Amino acid sequence: MKKQSAFPLALTLVVAGMAVALISEPERQWAAPPPSPGLLINGAGATFPYPIYSKWFDEYHKLHPEIQINYQSIGSGGGIRQVLAGTVDFGATDGPMSDEQLGQAKTKILHFPTVLGADVPTYNIPSFSGELKFSPEALAGIFLGKVTKWNDPVLTGTNPGVNLPGDDIVVVHRSDGSGTTYVWVDYLSKVSEEWKTKVGKGTSVNWPVGLGGKGNEGVAGLVKQTPNSIGYVELIYAIQNNMPYGRVRNSSGNFVKADLASVTAAAAAAAQEMPEDFRVSITNPGGKNAYPIASFTWLLVPAKFEDGAKRKVIVDFLHWMLNDGQKLAEPLAYAPLPKEVVAKETKAISEVK
Amino acid sequence: MAHLITLLFASAILLITVLLVFELYRNSALAREKFGWQFLSSRTWDPVFEQFGALPFVFGTVVTSAVGLLIAVPLGVGAAIFLAELAPPRISDALAFIIELLAAVPSVIYGLLAIFTLVPLLRNTVQPFLKQTLGFLPLFQGPNYGVGLLAAGIILAIMIVPFVVSISREVLMAVPVEQREAALALGATRWESTWKVVVPYARAGILGSIFLAMARALGETMAVTMVIGNDPKITSSLFAPGYTIAAVIANEFTEATSDLYIHALIELSLVLFILTIILNGLARLLILATQRKGTAHP
Repeated sequence: MKKQSAFPLALTLVVAGMAVALISEPERQWAAPPPSPGLLINGAGATFPYPIYSKWFDEYHKLHPEIQINYQSIGSGGGIRQVLAGTVDFGATDGPMSDEQLGQAKTKILHFPTVLGADVPTYNIPSFSGELKFSPEALAGIFLGKVTKWNDPVLTGTNPGVNLPGDDIVVVHRSDGSGTTYVWVDYLSKVSEEWKTKVGKGTSVNWPVGLGGKGNEGVAGLVKQTPNSIGYVELIYAIQNNMPYGRVRNSSGNFVKADLASVTAAAAAAAQEMPEDFRVSITNPGGKNAYPIASFTWLLVPAKFEDGAKRKVIVDFLHWMLNDGQKLAEPLAYAPLPKEVVAKETKAISEVK
Repeated sequence: MAHLITLLFASAILLITVLLVFELYRNSALAREKFGWQFLSSRTWDPVFEQFGALPFVFGTVVTSAVGLLIAVPLGVGAAIFLAELAPPRISDALAFIIELLAAVPSVIYGLLAIFTLVPLLRNTVQPFLKQTLGFLPLFQGPNYGVGLLAAGIILAIMIVPFVVSISREVLMAVPVEQREAALALGATRWESTWKVVVPYARAGILGSIFLAMARALGETMAVTMVIGNDPKITSSLFAPGYTIAAVIANEFTEATSDLYIHALIELSLVLFILTIILNGLARLLILATQRKGTAHP
């Protein structure tokens, strides 16, 4: 090995190494283990609330530096599986666990709603750039493949004065399993008997028609690119990306535009009849200002903790989440829980033993 | 000693493959029991009512890979012949280097490229053109979205061409110069010596590169799922959306909650594994069959 030829290589490697070290941002480090005696709590699950959960766990850690809560957004399905298997201390899901799933659990699993999300119908009609009003029949018909043209009476009826084209509607839905889909099909199952029997609800369904896009960004991308298309995306996504979306008629007959207030109103309206275990769907609720396609997202917490220290932290975190945590939701475009729900949940926290 | 170590390595690889198949088989038990052979013939994929069938995905996988190969093989072998036989050596090396770089581009980048350039191109220009000229064929009928089987096939072709080109070029360059000289000495033209002597001599290697390309195409996930439309239906049109096995597993596995659902997805991956083996086997039989009259010797 010639001595001469090794030096340039070594120099390059050293310079490259230094450059990498200088360029990488100090914040982007793996979560450092908490200072001992520290406590590490692991959770996993839904992707939809990941930004707010991430913020919460970070803020909580600042308040309690010895506690580190680690959350992996692997999907609601993963969250449910891991909490059933006991590999994580808590889970998170956009769709509540079914009775069957709860039956598989070794210890009782409690559901705690954390924030609210909503789905909005976004569309791309080349000849029209305004706001459309959708009736439940229109949305169900479109996604069932029954309403095939934009100038169908069910659409022109709710949008008088709008010159809708006679082009075919291109339906776009999610290809990946997702809580966003769950909310959408849960709503459709409530407003359309045909949808309920033919397709049903789940994080993935057998869509009668339509193209599948991966993630909110996939659906948004397909809708933006494909003329005469309609799809559904998360409200937060639509807001952050300045996407046009339509109003939906709620059960009181009002065409409501989704925003944080109307979404919180949906939960408030449902709070009256909320079951004790919070496993409730709040789509199509009563309430004149309620947005009809909204949903809770839940933390899944075992009712019994062997580890006393962990239990204390989780109980404390849940209290914090329901008070200070809720204030952090709006800046991130998540709708906070209405106070009726917060009150009910505060009582339910005592079930964690 | 060296004999034993290399034997150990070979056995390890075999063992890993066997373990893989065993695990796939074991973890698809619920789905296999419930659906049996109907899994392969059923067209329904319904996670809500838990009816699962593999046929649309097998169809999509085979069709997109076939389209990809149909485009990539002539293009790739032709490019390889040019680079190995007809191009000046320096150009050949430079171009070969660039083509090999294409193989290193991550799949997601190809997917993004496809979404932003290929899909609009297909929707606005290529597919209407095909519809006008070849629209009498059911392959080119139906609504035009841009995304669909054709888009997936084309992006697969772009992804697998580097494999065909780089391996075929190496194999062609490895053909002994005596073969070419002998052909030329017998009065063949430059092209005749290339096409009738050199290429057949390298046939085994070229076919090997095609197998590799086919295997990549069958398993390709991200780029395909971004442009195929993700609709598990079987249609006769290339403009229609479709779905592949790899794409549906990537899309649905993390959110699959029920055990039957997960087992069905794992059974799909078992189907893909066996499909790859079958296609490879058929391709090898093809070589054997044509080897009788050819001159290729590995």
